Amino acid sequence: MTGGRPEAHDVAVPRPEAPVIGVLALQGGVAEHARLLESLGAEARLVRRPGDLTGLDGLVLPGGESSTIDRLTRLFGLREPLIEAVAGGLPVLGTCAGLILLAAEIDDPAPGQQSLGLLDVAVSRNAFGSQAASAEVTLPWDGVGGESVRAAFIRAPIVTRTGPGVEVLARHEGRVVAVRSGTVLGISFHPELTGDATVHGELLGMVR
Amino acid sequence: MTQTLTSDQTLTGSPLVKRGLADMLKGGVIMDVVNAEQARIAEDAGAVAVMALERVPADIRAQGGVARMSDPDLIDGIVNAVSVPVMAKARIGHFVEAQVLQALKVDYIDESEVLSPADYVNHIDKQKFTVPFVCGATNLGEALRRIAEGAAMIRSKGEAGTGDVSEATKHIRTIRGEVAQIRAAYQSDPDSLYVKAKELAAPYDIVLEVARTGKLPVVLFTAGGVATPADAAMMMQLGADGVFVGSGIFKSGNPAERAAAIVKATAFYDDPEAVADASRGLGEAMVGINVGDLPAPHRLSERGW
Repeated sequence: MTGGRPEAHDVAVPRPEAPVIGVLALQGGVAEHARLLESLGAEARLVRRPGDLTGLDGLVLPGGESSTIDRLTRLFGLREPLIEAVAGGLPVLGTCAGLILLAAEIDDPAPGQQSLGLLDVAVSRNAFGSQAASAEVTLPWDGVGGESVRAAFIRAPIVTRTGPGVEVLARHEGRVVAVRSGTVLGISFHPELTGDATVHGELLGMVR
Repeated sequence: MTQTLTSDQTLTGSPLVKRGLADMLKGGVIMDVVNAEQARIAEDAGAVAVMALERVPADIRAQGGVARMSDPDLIDGIVNAVSVPVMAKARIGHFVEAQVLQALKVDYIDESEVLSPADYVNHIDKQKFTVPFVCGATNLGEALRRIAEGAAMIRSKGEAGTGDVSEATKHIRTIRGEVAQIRAAYQSDPDSLYVKAKELAAPYDIVLEVARTGKLPVVLFTAGGVATPADAAMMMQLGADGVFVGSGIFKSGNPAERAAAIVKATAFYDDPEAVADASRGLGEAMVGINVGDLPAPHRLSERGW
């Protein structure tokens, strides 16, 4: 069931002190990210309050319902601290709803839905259609972590516009599904569900 | 049969993809809605998904008669109104209602005891479908039988349409307690698991997986009688991954505010001050019925086996 390739684990170089990676834990697939990060030797910390951002080496914005996570981010007083932390250089990986949260623009937001504007892309939500179109697939990966990645797309978004300095790391059916700009990594799919460590290895590679 | 491999090796309808959508709903609230306007209110309030149905359980209870799958026009209207996932209910064992709901492209099917059962022997063979299913359970054996049939998500049943949370409490405690028991049994005496599987009337392989991991192999929500922010937070503290709220929202005095408050209390379930804040000034909760006053034939949680 898992598509993780053993060699992908080599990406996480053993460190004298394990990097502390936060996982935004308001709603969605939080535990799966924490488990994968810990299997790569990182310490996963659930981020529920602004104070939880202190001392992090990296951050994951997980999948979930993007309109719900946006709303909860504001309710928990996390919106501004998140923007400040990532704008200040904290490496971040957003998956699915996390990509939507990072984006500069949402083509089709739910009423009142906001994004953090930390990645110069536009995204379209549920771009493949209903759950019937949700799928597992192996994609070529244009990053340093490996040559391919086992991806699960769950009512996934796509990137519809990329700004200057945004590199495309993967496409699915011709559409952009993984991008990076500096230390901000945004992907449409869920490697934490397939157990493939390539993308998380990429995040850990960006951690100082 | 469920899994389709297309020419470019894209796999749809796999257990991972079906269970994966439920994983993305964790920590959230799924709300019953009967029209597009209620669906928009639910989405605005922060619902992670909506359940499209013709009558909420409290009305099914009050009006009686046979309760069936909703009209496709009603479901389409709700699918078109919101961007969050849409679930819809089929009767227990009614595989054609499930085929219809799959054709309507709902995101999840609830094979639900809230509707009148269509088959008193068999549940739907959920492995045959690309769309994932959620099923109700009152105990671990029932949950594991549904998972064996292909359910990708379980909700403890509670007693729908009552506003009385006591059955929801009983069922989530029972399921969690039985998981802890078989884990302990496995650790002290692995051989005893065969008899446990027999007692649970569930396949050994799934019982073994639960015993090894100490949790269900799918997401576990709770349902049936949740009416207040504190009810929702209690279910989360008892170990639910999220909550379904049926009649509790749109049968209350101020649905929009109550819906948002239940979302907040579900997310902040471990923070009593936040739950207190969420509980302020919501007006009247649904009136409710005490489960003890319901004659046994009217208890929906006894449907399904």
